[in-house]
Amino acid sequence: MEPFLRLDAAAVPISAPNIDTDQIIPARFLWRKRRDGFGHLLFHDLRFNDGGAPKPDFVLNREVYRDARIVVADRNFGCGSSREHAVWALYDYGIRAVVAPSFGDIFFNNSFQSGLLPAVLRAERVAALRALLEQSPGSHVAIDLEAQTVTGPDGAIDRFEIEPFRKECLLAGTDDISFTLGHRQRIAEFESAYEAKLRWL
Amino acid sequence: MAAPATLFDKIWSSHAILVRPDGATLLHIDRHFIHDGSGNAFRMLKEKGLAVRRPDRTFATPDHYVSTLGHDLASINEPHRRGVVEELEANAKAAGLTLFGLSDRRQGIVHVVGPEQGLSQPGMIMVCGDSHTATHGALGALAFGIGASEVGHVLATQTLWQRKPKNMRIVIDGMLADGVHAKDVILAIIARIGTAGGVGHVIEYAGSTIRAMGIEGRLTICNMSIEAGARAGMVAPDDTTFAYLHGRPYAPKRADWDAALAHWGSLPSDADAQFDREMHLDATEIAPMVTWGTSPEAAAPITERVPDPATAPDAARRDSIERALAYMDLRPGTPLTEIAIDRVFIGSCTNSRIEDLRAAAKVLDGRRVVVPAMAVPGSGLVKAQAEAEGLDAIFKRAGFEWRESGCSMCVGMNGDLVAPGERCASTSNRNFVGRQGKGARTHLMSPAMAAAAAIAGKLTDVRQFATRP
Repeated sequence: MEPFLRLDAAAVPISAPNIDTDQIIPARFLWRKRRDGFGHLLFHDLRFNDGGAPKPDFVLNREVYRDARIVVADRNFGCGSSREHAVWALYDYGIRAVVAPSFGDIFFNNSFQSGLLPAVLRAERVAALRALLEQSPGSHVAIDLEAQTVTGPDGAIDRFEIEPFRKECLLAGTDDISFTLGHRQRIAEFESAYEAKLRWL
Repeated sequence: MAAPATLFDKIWSSHAILVRPDGATLLHIDRHFIHDGSGNAFRMLKEKGLAVRRPDRTFATPDHYVSTLGHDLASINEPHRRGVVEELEANAKAAGLTLFGLSDRRQGIVHVVGPEQGLSQPGMIMVCGDSHTATHGALGALAFGIGASEVGHVLATQTLWQRKPKNMRIVIDGMLADGVHAKDVILAIIARIGTAGGVGHVIEYAGSTIRAMGIEGRLTICNMSIEAGARAGMVAPDDTTFAYLHGRPYAPKRADWDAALAHWGSLPSDADAQFDREMHLDATEIAPMVTWGTSPEAAAPITERVPDPATAPDAARRDSIERALAYMDLRPGTPLTEIAIDRVFIGSCTNSRIEDLRAAAKVLDGRRVVVPAMAVPGSGLVKAQAEAEGLDAIFKRAGFEWRESGCSMCVGMNGDLVAPGERCASTSNRNFVGRQGKGARTHLMSPAMAAAAAIAGKLTDVRQFATRP
């Protein structure tokens, strides 16, 4: 995964709440291998008709959003199944950040593991951002992870919260396994004490 | 004396290995279940040159991609589906994991197999790369779903970094009416709090209704905690839990049983423990529920009508109802009992256990279905038990297909799909757009309600059937 530092890119508004992971990537594609990529399958059934042609009315198919790298969504984005393919599909397509008032819990956790930034802003501000993007399609949103800010097309700047460790991982483009393995000794000590106490486990 | 703690607090603190300066906690994982969707996690591990740290704590069974027409690899006739099942079996063998494979009657939906084998126990932290892992919380465990990278992390370290969610308690008191089941309770809860109502929380289900409920009903309720947005759902262990576990293959034995029992008895929330949120529900007011929309919160008592977007409280809500009704091809104001269906599915990790099959069979006994219908037991052992009780004969005489165990039509990854435009009465957990197949329309309900729908050919109130012989 690529390090995430600063991003100034066209943002695409997706204006429905509860966009579930079945819509982000339908279950029939999940058997595929990570390395083969999932970007072409992102929002598949919303994006393509039965013959595989792009649906002109789906927002991502509009020419003006061709280079979009940010999604501005509505509440509870990524709810539903635990499939990390939803994150991979967004990432492989080129999306590096999703701004929303709230996220499905598992999707939110998965995002950090694969280099996608989920940024939570107040619902009113996210709605205003979507309205701005709808008024001027193709306009840019800028995200500065170091400063934890989202700058809208109107120039207004909002700060988002992020756990420091997750921020570091995104900035460095790493996941947390190697960090955890650095604590092997502590893990082993915990296990022996725990298993001595609960010996039936 | 220790500060008053909830069941969740107690499990959390007893599994905390270390706390990062930013507050994230490294948790020890007691049980890790894996299924046939874990190929990418194993590949990740291989790429990093890591091995499975605790094969003894990792249990595998194929469920999403298995055929329900035959209980073997050869019955999976699509190469990509057979491939992922073979891959799971190969990964399990290579790493020395316990595998309940297709040649084993213990195979089944991972969330049915865990409790059935006695692998899911009070006080444990259990994870699985599947959002319905919350199911196991019915035994008094903290159980939650994780993504593929986290599966890799648990395989490599037997731990997971988590931020502590908040405590929420839902208290349900009173007796459920005849024809009202655990599924109706959880659908009523989700209809009340919404699909994001539990985000950031772990829900403890409590109250006299839950205490009087068997483990299988509790499993159904905890299973759909994720549909309420919660990280996990749990029920405090009690005598019902202990009786359920006693004698199961992986439950503690002899002296270990007594030690375990003493530990489990210390787990329930202290009387004066504080919850961040609390909600009360009167069980006597719950009627059989069905969903009418494309989100589990779009649920209503069967006695009601399809809602009218015009009466929605705000524009966003109106849009969302309009979109749902367009996809579901429903008109505002239609009585729910006038919605004709094309197909019935009884199964899934929500409702495929023996009590679910018994409840459906009770309605089906001596009657005939008027639409295609299939019953998919949750495991090979549930299927065997049902057959020993003669339930398979009741299903088949009624016109149901009697299939082999697996996730099947809940998510359609094995090819058991609802056709575009078809309307399915389903005992599964999600009615999302395209969930059971592209263009498929799903109505969620209990097994008894699904059986009644199969007989009537439309959504119907199972209480009409309850009084007949």
